[in-house]
Amino acid sequence: MAAGTPLLELEGVSKAFGPVQALDRVDFAVSAGEVIGLVGDNGAGKSTMVKTIAGIHSADKGTIRFEGQEVSISKPQDATDLGIATVYQDLALCDNLDVVANLFLGREEVSPGIGTASRQLDEARMEHETGELLSNLAVTIPSLRSEVGTLSGGQRQQVAVARSLLGEPRVVLLDEPTAALGVAQTAQVLNLIRRLRERELGVVVISHNLVDVFEVADRIFVLRLGRPAGDFSAEATTEEHVVSAITGVGAEGEKRNGREDEKSANEDGEERR
Amino acid sequence: MSDVAASTADSTEGAIRPKETIRRLVQGDLASLRVLIGLALIWAIFQFENDRFLSAQNLTNLMLQIAATGLISIGVVYVLLLGEIDLSVGAVSGLAAAVMAVLNVKHGWNPYLAIAAAVAVGLAIGLLQGFLFSRFGVPSFVVTLAGLLAWQGALLQVLGSTGSINLNDPKITGLTSTFYSDAVGWVMAFAVIGAYGAVLLLGHRRRVAAGLDSESIGRLGFRFGAVAVVTIAAVLVFNSYEGVPLAVLILLAFVVGMEYVVKRTSFGRHVFAVGGNAEAARRAGIRVNRIRVAVFGIAGTMAAIGGIMAASRLLAVNQNSGGNELLLLAIAGPVIAGTSLFGGRGSVWTALTGALVIGSISNGMDLLALSSAVKFMVTGGVLLLAVLVDAVARQQRQGSGRV
Repeated sequence: MAAGTPLLELEGVSKAFGPVQALDRVDFAVSAGEVIGLVGDNGAGKSTMVKTIAGIHSADKGTIRFEGQEVSISKPQDATDLGIATVYQDLALCDNLDVVANLFLGREEVSPGIGTASRQLDEARMEHETGELLSNLAVTIPSLRSEVGTLSGGQRQQVAVARSLLGEPRVVLLDEPTAALGVAQTAQVLNLIRRLRERELGVVVISHNLVDVFEVADRIFVLRLGRPAGDFSAEATTEEHVVSAITGVGAEGEKRNGREDEKSANEDGEERR
Repeated sequence: MSDVAASTADSTEGAIRPKETIRRLVQGDLASLRVLIGLALIWAIFQFENDRFLSAQNLTNLMLQIAATGLISIGVVYVLLLGEIDLSVGAVSGLAAAVMAVLNVKHGWNPYLAIAAAVAVGLAIGLLQGFLFSRFGVPSFVVTLAGLLAWQGALLQVLGSTGSINLNDPKITGLTSTFYSDAVGWVMAFAVIGAYGAVLLLGHRRRVAAGLDSESIGRLGFRFGAVAVVTIAAVLVFNSYEGVPLAVLILLAFVVGMEYVVKRTSFGRHVFAVGGNAEAARRAGIRVNRIRVAVFGIAGTMAAIGGIMAASRLLAVNQNSGGNELLLLAIAGPVIAGTSLFGGRGSVWTALTGALVIGSISNGMDLLALSSAVKFMVTGGVLLLAVLVDAVARQQRQGSGRV
């Protein structure tokens, strides 16, 4: 948990879709070297918040500050330029391309030459850089030249996260990085998130899985019906507290509600695919 | 850290063994090997039935027959890589040839200018169709089907009342009737072999310099040897008839050039990306629609070039130019040779190998004096077989978790 100015700060951010108030005066901050778990029930505004930061929606009201400077994020490119990278749930990888090609997709390295159209891809350099990046992150992929479609879900997720790091971002937003992964693969992805923290990045993880959130997050930020409903230190709180903040129900009903929440979380995941 | 990199390197080289090779053969990764085996089989059968099939004269003839289809197929490969289809390439090739013929014969244009105008017509048509498809989201199937009809109409219009124009300009007819002397053929053969060796060696050196694993010297040597043997054999065959034909050089130059573009440039990489997952490509900042328009432009251009070659060989342009089964053969070729109809998988070489397979079947059946009825049915069967193999390969990939 780093001290000083937060990397990214939201103050009084609101966003409405017609009559629905998806975000209502949300204050939020993430610092370098900090992992924040963003949790909440379906429709609590988690995705809207991430999309607002990523520039897919623009906020109706409120200010966003990046490294203390007020910024306006109205399109995805704005967020990318600031150093905010987003890894979406549906991965956005090309299954027919290999790991190197996916990592560098849209920003291929080319050898010097005449004309932009005829310049040769610098495969050797891209593969070298891919190898370095993945080994720094301790991501093990059988071969950098294997098609992404042949990889396991965990490996694909790790490739997607690694790819977001190529732009040298300061803040990484992860949307449900462990959804639909097995136990071992989830552990790999959580390890990768810890390594992002070691690299002094600010990390925001949306997850429905409180076990995973407690495993990796420093702070847990709860949204409920578009309003901030709690900001817990992961070490100092318990699952019960977080669940009651998510559901808005007092201590008596918390166990049962917690289970219901996980069930609806799975449904949500399927729906989006 | 470097340990991890090293272990990645090891598994690349070490792990691919017989079982893996069979799996890749079935799943279509080694489609090129599959088609070469098929071609060898076809040649063996026809040679057995008629020993003139593998004569120098017939092989030269075969290459001249496939030049036009092969060139059109190059553009089709690009469209297939996007996961789209272009049904207008046949009609566009006819129209472009007609434009060239009218300008050259009726208006007395310089042959090179007439050819350039024809290519420009193909490019413009392709860009227009690509624009309609990408801008308005009309399925490419429909846009190009409309094109197929419209450009056929335009062909009749351009040809006018005569309905047929004979070509006699030596520059144009020479495209398919020029043969090089033995000596020139050998010089070109060794230039090709030398260039290929240099490319292999430079690539190997760069990978080693970057600290990456590279193919073993043995495998590089094998690839070099294979190309050298094929090149020398081809020149031997051509030289024992009339020499290396210019048309074959044109076809090869386009295949190599367009393969370079699709495999070695970022444009080509983006074509594969759009064909594999257009949404992912869009999120990676690739201007998907621009790629689509460019690819249809390439298809139109290659169709025009193929049409010019076909006209040059026929020595005429008539109302049938670009018609008949040309369109289907141009699309069937790459698919038979392993370019997927579902997008994102394939290579420009399949334009050549596919045209060779189809051309060999057609040429062989002509030698055996089989009727058109049989020819059509056999060619249809081969196409169906190839598409089935493609679909099965796709199912296999999905079965093993690959899409």
